[in-house]
Amino acid sequence: MYNKPVSEEHIKYLERIRMRRRNILIAQVSILVVGLILWEVAARLKWIDSFITSNPSSIWKLFLEYARKGNLFYHVGISVFENVIGFVAGTGLGILVAIGLWWSDFWARVLDPYMVILNALPKTALAPIIIIWVGAGYSGIIVTAITVSIVVTILNMFISFKSVDEDKIRLLNTFGATKFQVLKKVVLPHSIPTMISTLKVNIGLSWVGVIVGEFLVSKAGIGYLIVYGGQVFKLDLVMMSVFILALICALMYKGISILENKVLKWNE
Amino acid sequence: MDKKKIVEVKDISMTYHTFNGETEAIKDISFDVYEGEIVGIVGPSGCGKSTLLSIIAGLIKPSIGEVLVNGKNVTKPSKDIGYMFQRDQLFEWRTILQNVLLGLEIQGSIDRKTMEKAEKLLETYGLGDFKNSYPRQLSGGMRQRAALIRTLMVEPNLLLLDEPFSALDYQTRLAISDEIGLILKKEKKTALLVTHDISEAISLSDRIIVLTKRPARIKDIIKPELTCPDGVWSPIKCREAPEFRYYFNKIWKELDVHV
Ligand SMILES: Nc1ncnc2c1ncn2[C@@H]1O[C@H](COP(=O)(O)OP(=O)(O)OP(=O)(O)O)[C@@H](O)[C@H]1O
Ligand SMILES: [Mg+2]
Repeated sequence: MYNKPVSEEHIKYLERIRMRRRNILIAQVSILVVGLILWEVAARLKWIDSFITSNPSSIWKLFLEYARKGNLFYHVGISVFENVIGFVAGTGLGILVAIGLWWSDFWARVLDPYMVILNALPKTALAPIIIIWVGAGYSGIIVTAITVSIVVTILNMFISFKSVDEDKIRLLNTFGATKFQVLKKVVLPHSIPTMISTLKVNIGLSWVGVIVGEFLVSKAGIGYLIVYGGQVFKLDLVMMSVFILALICALMYKGISILENKVLKWNE
Repeated sequence: MDKKKIVEVKDISMTYHTFNGETEAIKDISFDVYEGEIVGIVGPSGCGKSTLLSIIAGLIKPSIGEVLVNGKNVTKPSKDIGYMFQRDQLFEWRTILQNVLLGLEIQGSIDRKTMEKAEKLLETYGLGDFKNSYPRQLSGGMRQRAALIRTLMVEPNLLLLDEPFSALDYQTRLAISDEIGLILKKEKKTALLVTHDISEAISLSDRIIVLTKRPARIKDIIKPELTCPDGVWSPIKCREAPEFRYYFNKIWKELDVHV
């Protein structure tokens, strides 16, 4: 609780904090702006070869062109679609499997070494196999994206389920709770913070799966644009795609943060 | 004593088995608890006090012996028994009101009447303004009071309290143990109170069971006869009774603590 009549000192303190926040923001924006200007200037003055480095103004021009023709939104749409399905399904299925492991201690122990090995394995190594098995279209790419995020989701969620205070479960038992009620009333709510942080990580992991999948299958999507741009040596296209990818990731991350603040009201 | 027996503990023994060996926690314990009594349990740390309460609550089965609560054999947790833990175990993601309603929610018996009762209990015990707050916004003492209301809501006629005040600082602990003692008497509850605080046991209990070190057996059962000042019963006032020191020394000697 704040004291109503705020002291002189407290006002100064708040002022200092605000100043500091503003300075940090200014510095962050400056790095971006100065970087872009340097890049542009260096390319114009031929300090660097813009054939292999591209430059901001031609990236922008290309962006406008793609945006006008409309096929930019087609490619971005496809990738975002694959990514969203990938991380939602990866997280969802991972949570379901983790619930299964929590339910059966026997199977949790049986499957433990497999989980550890699967977790250590770089999942992108499986991408060619998956695409052969599932098909060289959206489905293959989505399954690749799921594969990248599911194992770490299972492990994180299982650890979180197991970290519930034993006495909280005993408390529910004294009320006569069933195992399903224990899951619903304490185990899952307790793990919501972990769920959200896993979701955050999974967005990034799912992008890895999507881009790798698109590299391999190459029909449409941001990954396709990058590969295509690389093959015909159109660095403008490659750079533009990477920038768009970065922007989309940032937006999604922001979205999850907003969700987090909504869901974790009690944690303030 | 012609009062009704609420708890009958009959010759129970308990041995824990783990991969590294077995631990005998309780040996040949028998006692009864009568309606409206507060019975204190003291004993050296690790002697098996929590184990004893868990058995009475039906959370674990004894190796030998049986427990009757309200004349019925205890095999699993029952609605008649409320349990309070060392830490309050409030759920951080629920408001105080939602926490208090937890037991009823599990038993599927939330309705207008029980809602009103919850609000009334919160009001009576000074938490009315906090019913929509989250646990982290409350002090330790208030949280423990909320935990007690959560237990009372399912209307158990036996309360098992496992060191419910030990996570609190000394001042809060004195105040809240006094308050909870008065609440228990006012609501006419029968209670078993595990504590390692001898003064707390004497001031709150009608009888005190002293246990030996592990495996726990009953060393003595003491019935403190305190003349509370002003003739009104209150745990905190009872600490001023002239007989208090006598019982304190007696239990202290029986616990046989070597430092
Ligand atoms: N689940 C268990 N498995 C194996 N041993 C156990 C288990 N629970 C308790 N014990 C052992 O049984 C003994 C009694 O434990 P218990 O928790 O009942 O003692 P306590 O008197 O409540 O101790 P404290 O004063 O620390 O609360 C201890 O030696 C403990 O290590
Ligand atoms: Mg204990």
